[in-house]
Amino acid sequence: MGVCKVNGENYTKTKKRVGYIHRNKAKTVTYSKLGFRCGLEIHQQLKTEKKLFCRCPAGFYQDRTDFDAEIVRHMRPTLSELGEYDGTALMEFKTRKNIFYWIKNSTACTYEIDDTPPFKLNREALETALEVALILKTSIVGELHITRKQYLDGSIPTGFQRTAIVGIDGSIPLRGKNIKIIQLSIEEDSCREVSDIGHKRIYTTDRLGIPLIETVTEPVLLTPDEAVEAGQYLRFLTRSTNKVRTGIGAARQDVNVSIKGGTRVEIKGVSKLRMIPLLTHNEAFRQKALLEIKKDLALRGLKKSKWKATSVRISSKAVDLKTGFLKKSLEKGYLIIAVNLPGFKNILSFFTQPGTTFANEISDRLKVIACLDKPNMLYSEEFEGELNMADLEKARKTLGAGENDAQIIFRSHEDDMKTALETVEERCVLAFDGVPPETRKSLKNGTTVFERVLPGPNRMYPDTDSAPIPITENMIDLARDRMPEEISSRFTQLKKWKIPEDTYTYILKCNFCPLMTRIISDFKASPIFLGCLIGHHLRYIEGHFKPSSLFIPEKLYTLFKFIHQKKLGHEIIREMLKVVYQYPNMDFESVLITIKYIPATKEEILSNVSVLKEKFREIRYSKDPAAEVAWIMGHLRELALGNIRMKTLRKEIEEVCNA
Amino acid sequence: MLEMFKGYRGEALTVLKKFNIRVWSETRVDTTRGNFKGIVLPRSENDDDRHLVLKLATGYNVGIAVNTITNMKEFGYKKANYKIPEKEFPMTKGKPNIKLFGTGGTIASRLDYRTGAVIPAFSPGELYGAVPELADICNLETEKLFAVFSENMGPKQYKILANAIGDEIRRGIDGIVIGHGTDTMHHTASALAFMVQNSPVPIIMVGSQRSSDRPSSDAALNLIHSCSAAAYSDIAEVMVCMFGPTSDEYAILHPGTRVRKMHSSYRSTFRTIGDIPLATVEKDNIKPLKKDYRKRRNDRNVEIYPFFEEKVSLLYYYPNMHPDIIDSLVDNGYRGIIIAGTGLGHVNKPVYKALDRANKKNVAVYMTVQTLWGYTHMFVYETGRDIMNLGVIPAENMLPEVGYIKLGWTLGQTDDLKKVKEIMLTPICSEITEREPYNGYLILQGGIPEVEDFLKHFHK
Repeated sequence: MGVCKVNGENYTKTKKRVGYIHRNKAKTVTYSKLGFRCGLEIHQQLKTEKKLFCRCPAGFYQDRTDFDAEIVRHMRPTLSELGEYDGTALMEFKTRKNIFYWIKNSTACTYEIDDTPPFKLNREALETALEVALILKTSIVGELHITRKQYLDGSIPTGFQRTAIVGIDGSIPLRGKNIKIIQLSIEEDSCREVSDIGHKRIYTTDRLGIPLIETVTEPVLLTPDEAVEAGQYLRFLTRSTNKVRTGIGAARQDVNVSIKGGTRVEIKGVSKLRMIPLLTHNEAFRQKALLEIKKDLALRGLKKSKWKATSVRISSKAVDLKTGFLKKSLEKGYLIIAVNLPGFKNILSFFTQPGTTFANEISDRLKVIACLDKPNMLYSEEFEGELNMADLEKARKTLGAGENDAQIIFRSHEDDMKTALETVEERCVLAFDGVPPETRKSLKNGTTVFERVLPGPNRMYPDTDSAPIPITENMIDLARDRMPEEISSRFTQLKKWKIPEDTYTYILKCNFCPLMTRIISDFKASPIFLGCLIGHHLRYIEGHFKPSSLFIPEKLYTLFKFIHQKKLGHEIIREMLKVVYQYPNMDFESVLITIKYIPATKEEILSNVSVLKEKFREIRYSKDPAAEVAWIMGHLRELALGNIRMKTLRKEIEEVCNA
Repeated sequence: MLEMFKGYRGEALTVLKKFNIRVWSETRVDTTRGNFKGIVLPRSENDDDRHLVLKLATGYNVGIAVNTITNMKEFGYKKANYKIPEKEFPMTKGKPNIKLFGTGGTIASRLDYRTGAVIPAFSPGELYGAVPELADICNLETEKLFAVFSENMGPKQYKILANAIGDEIRRGIDGIVIGHGTDTMHHTASALAFMVQNSPVPIIMVGSQRSSDRPSSDAALNLIHSCSAAAYSDIAEVMVCMFGPTSDEYAILHPGTRVRKMHSSYRSTFRTIGDIPLATVEKDNIKPLKKDYRKRRNDRNVEIYPFFEEKVSLLYYYPNMHPDIIDSLVDNGYRGIIIAGTGLGHVNKPVYKALDRANKKNVAVYMTVQTLWGYTHMFVYETGRDIMNLGVIPAENMLPEVGYIKLGWTLGQTDDLKKVKEIMLTPICSEITEREPYNGYLILQGGIPEVEDFLKHFHK
């Protein structure tokens, strides 16, 4: 809102009343008291060569401003198969957006712009989806029916996403309990948004049509931590197939949150799992706040069915033109509308999320539904300095405003005014019910903003452009043969190997287990060494260095093989890895030269110990015998690497020093 | 078949009967792959008999293989009532009165459980429910004449339509809109152009390339544009009104005898061939692109000529065509043949004798060009002159389909081949034009820098 004063007295007071605490201070009991429940919808792009319903290459992205052609579309709601309109669809139709698509020839064909019906579903994608459906232990359907899921926001030029259920009713194990999986579907990815200003929204069509699978869990996750764990487990699980895309945006989560007395609210497009705890924490308290507001309204004796807002246009004379927001709005040719909200005193400044109040709930909807870009409104507590007080009184009188009412003033163009007024009134009326079902967009700071009304089953429609695809027993058998090991047994394996726990996430996320098993059995590598090499060392290297060409994990196997054949000690791999990662095409002999490896026998190395011992005693800075050993080790480390084990070297030095 | 088992047959029907389950019943299905719960939907007749269709509570449909079913139990019943909310179309005094004839096609359609595809649906109330903007443009009356896909439109329908249009014009209507499937819209357009002459009001044909059951459908905008053109355009001709670019921007009014569907699925599929279109339509703004069109009048002196001879054929020539193709048409009693010849209007030597035979049997044979753009010029090469000597008459720059319609219409009026020739070669409504403008022929070639530049700056 820009001018929102969230540090006001009422904000602080209501925040306390809601019982909002910092996420770090929250405990399991915090959430059980709230009746917190969470479910996940995990979208994971599949690593296929082509898109799901056309033959465009998948996985290539354009620079957002680089495009070959532009087209414009508008979306209209249509009826569901059962003959009903969907609420989201109707809301989105109100917004009257001009939707522009920026098309790049290399990533989009006439299918993406809905000028050609779909081609046959990508079999490669279906095979991977079946594999995941089996890992999730779902009941696999007999026939895949492509369904259209309506999206009128323009994120898909057809106005719907083609999607199909592969399996239902599966489960994953999580900390001794089973988390139920509602369904696994295969679907096409949507466009990427470039901008959304006023009535103009722009998308690129590069991501559109990339195959993805969506896994939906039951809302049985009872704390934010459990939610993130389930998310991680599902991510490891899909990655274990090795047939999914990784990288920014390749996996995205929708998180459903509700509390006792609240409603299911969907937080959309969470790209980082570690954002889930804060987002769900804040949403739980937002719902609590809305329930408190509901209570207040009831206490004030207000009736939802009788409640009505009144409005009046404010003339430019009434606005104190010396100041801020309203002055700028008038200069830009907006109309200024004042709305009276009966009985809403102190509601608009009521805490909802850190940094936001109930007024934001209205402002967010004005932006999305009526296309009023922010800042778009002011509310009673903010009027001072913006309005000539005498004129404000006049406006209040015209509105028939009473002592216990609240007012907002918004700016709008003539065409959007009607929708804007309806939007304000609608959101206030919804406050009587508590938490309206919504889809909300996550922000980087862990709060959310309104995105759209939560869609229901009414937005589904059979795709009349494609025939059903039978899923035969044979297809399932083939998928079963391709199935990787279960994630829970991988956890057990890592534990058995005694690998430090802090390496698990990285190892499972990048699906290193099969590779590790091969290295351990083929080259007798120490599991702990290997685990640390990957989970600590490789992870560090990945975060700090840039490879000159793509580093493929399989390289690690060839590296072990090379060292094995040369009969060198595995420890040298640590040193080599940094170079190999940066220059994956360099031959291993050259890598050895780069890290200054010199072949030497144990005797040759140890022959230096006595000289070094004498030198140390000459220049010694500490009487600690350990310091002496460390100093000598330091000098011999480079020479010893690959030739003898560090443990052996240390032992030998200790013997000489203690002698 | 019983409504209760709609679309099911064979194995699937046996299973439904075995467990006594109806279509639309909420059912629990136990299978060897797990258990499913949902509404049993009707099945498309073209799909196999080995699966049932179930709508899950989430709105998704899934198929269940009947040979995996171990048990089924009905626990509820919910029949779909697919209906566009009908609202009475408001009449405003002073607004032009427009008549919308429905013939079928995707302009207004809904789901058909029999075929799984979409079927036409249509009434002013439904239209108003779906496209309320129409009420801002005109007073709309509708009449359903047929409910057929455009490939099933033929001479019988052309005549009924022409007579119905004539009646409406004499009754005093301000404009006519005809909803039509897009595949053969240009055939019907040219038929109407010949059958309905001297119309005082616009006659607009319209359809849609994306069915109206999808949010991105072009149906609503096409209806808005066509009603607007019918109500306010000054052009009193038979026209096709469809998307100009694929973007939701403006429509083009194409002359009924020079328009052709040029892409199997694009929204902007209709193009005027060999000339430029008559006008563009953007909301209520109609911008003429040509000056020499027939103007709207206040009189009601429309002339209706509902004639058509069905024994006419359109022959698309290809190298290596054998004479027996033409012989068999003649032997089967065809009275007229339009040839779409190569280049300037040519066929190969082997068919000459068949053409000669056709000529001697009083079959009217006319030559058009399969290049679509350009005129027949049969004097340029010897081939052309030879062919003309066999009685084949070049039809100037008449489009092959238009030639077919016009020959059918002409032979419906007279047997006299001299008279036929006179009617065929006398332009009625720009099916033959004297001049081809320099910008008539325009096929952009993608990839070329200047075209790519154009595509970047203008909506295709």
